[in-house]
Amino acid sequence: MFPTPIEKMDRSHQLTYQSLLPVALILWLLPLIAVAVFSVKPASDFTQGNYWGMPGSFEMVNNYSQVFFNSDMPRYMLNSVLIAIPTVIGAVALSCLAGFALGIYNFKSNIWIFFMFVAGNFVPFQILMVPVRDLTLGMGLYNTKTGLVLFHIAFQTGFCTLFMRNFIRTLPVELIEAARVEGVAEWRIFWYVVIPLMKPAIAALSVLIFTFIWNDYFWAVVLTQGPESQPVTAGITSFNAQYRAAYHLMSAGSIVAALPPVLMFFAMQKHFIAGLTLGAVK
Amino acid sequence: MSNVATSDTPRKQRSWYKRNEVAITPWLFLAPAIFFFAVYVIWPIYQSITISFYDWDGLGEATYIGTDNYTELMDDDAFKVSLWNNLKWLLFYLLAIPGGLFIAIFLNQSVRGIRIYKSLFFFPFVVSQVVVGLVFSWFYLPDAGLLNSIIGMVGLGPINVLGDPTWATYGIIAAGLWPQTAYCMILYLTGLNAVDPEQIEAARLDGAKGLRMLWYIIIPQLKPATFIAFVVTIVGALRSFDLISIMTNGGPFGQTRVLSFYMFEKALSEYGFRMGYGAAIAVVLFLIMLVFIAYFLWSMWTEEKGR
Repeated sequence: MFPTPIEKMDRSHQLTYQSLLPVALILWLLPLIAVAVFSVKPASDFTQGNYWGMPGSFEMVNNYSQVFFNSDMPRYMLNSVLIAIPTVIGAVALSCLAGFALGIYNFKSNIWIFFMFVAGNFVPFQILMVPVRDLTLGMGLYNTKTGLVLFHIAFQTGFCTLFMRNFIRTLPVELIEAARVEGVAEWRIFWYVVIPLMKPAIAALSVLIFTFIWNDYFWAVVLTQGPESQPVTAGITSFNAQYRAAYHLMSAGSIVAALPPVLMFFAMQKHFIAGLTLGAVK
Repeated sequence: MSNVATSDTPRKQRSWYKRNEVAITPWLFLAPAIFFFAVYVIWPIYQSITISFYDWDGLGEATYIGTDNYTELMDDDAFKVSLWNNLKWLLFYLLAIPGGLFIAIFLNQSVRGIRIYKSLFFFPFVVSQVVVGLVFSWFYLPDAGLLNSIIGMVGLGPINVLGDPTWATYGIIAAGLWPQTAYCMILYLTGLNAVDPEQIEAARLDGAKGLRMLWYIIIPQLKPATFIAFVVTIVGALRSFDLISIMTNGGPFGQTRVLSFYMFEKALSEYGFRMGYGAAIAVVLFLIMLVFIAYFLWSMWTEEKGR
């Protein structure tokens, strides 16, 4: 193990380390801690210049209920859910199919199709912007959640296929060959042999894609406008324009907007990290 | 195979699909993904390149103007500023890699509660860049920001980070480094888990420790993690848009624009709907990214060959 395990060091080292940990964490998360404190402060604290001190009074319920009952935030949140969930399902389904084809079969153009997905996944969004916006307008899907979902599914399929294909490559080939010898149809091999083995990969991808889509801002701005269809990332910016100096409300709104992916991360931490570090360790 | 089929009379009736199942199936499985990807990613790239040779407001008739958009870019000061800022992003964003390694080494212990520490350190990556941008712009507030309170304590400042053309870009990059460092940290924590303990023991017996151990024994073994960290950091640097849009909206005086932001401004904002010109900017950005994509594909290719 590197570095040397702290328990092999003398007592003073251990104590230093133990006390350094929380200090480092507080410094690292200072911006977020500040927002959390902002979100429970009363408005008067900001007008009186008490930005970073103790809250003058504890207004958590007030601020948060303001966000929940007196703003468009719940609507934006619901939009985000209605955008993120279909995207996750669509992108994971398409990439399971594609990953199976690319991971199991050896045909001539296999590697080139795979590279197409990998390369497309790194493309800068701006080169897609004008045509995708036109296409969405042309289909009558501009400013709809469906328009956003269709694009996200297509784009995320690049990353998901890369992930799925590499995962399927690690499965034992003998299983599939044995099934083939038995005369099992190819699609049944996919459904009954491969899919059950892919459950961890599906879980990892689902949390990851959910977070990516939840946090997307660029496409939300390009393909939608207004509270009927915009997700929460775009919502928080219009919220910002509306309550420019209302730091307490902005903070409460930001925290509410950030909560779903954060909860998702904590619930599915193992899978989340497995998804991110794919390929980092062989 | 064909032997079996001909000697077995009922099997003769096997459908064309059955006979070609193994050859056909992959294409059936690939069809939906390829379709979506072609429509929304591959074809738009081609279209954007085409549009970059036109003068087009997005609604009316497009006029072919050859390479005029590109010639105009050569003399466009805002374009030069954006390109220059992109270089700054590329360079300084890479600090996330040593930063992530440093934190990973710091946290790679097995004391009580360390798992919670690790996940809390990862927090900034999970939060949307929009929220990160807002938080940092409060952090940088010229009159009441925490940054100025801190540097005020040591007798410096106050500085208006986001209002100052020379500092604003660095201020935004610093905000971006925060989540990116968290990402690199996770990559390295996973990498450190896989480091070969026998090599470390052997190196210890040879008297290696501290920085020498890190440099000669650990870092070479972290190569796969470093590679992924490098790729995601470069892509992140070139994609930077959210933070700029939230924190400065390109200002002050357009000094924080990068190509991705300038493109958006030219094609889709109050500055006008110059789709062709915007597309030309996007093509330049795409070509820069293509260098890194090619490098990534090339490394994947050599690795696949080696299998």
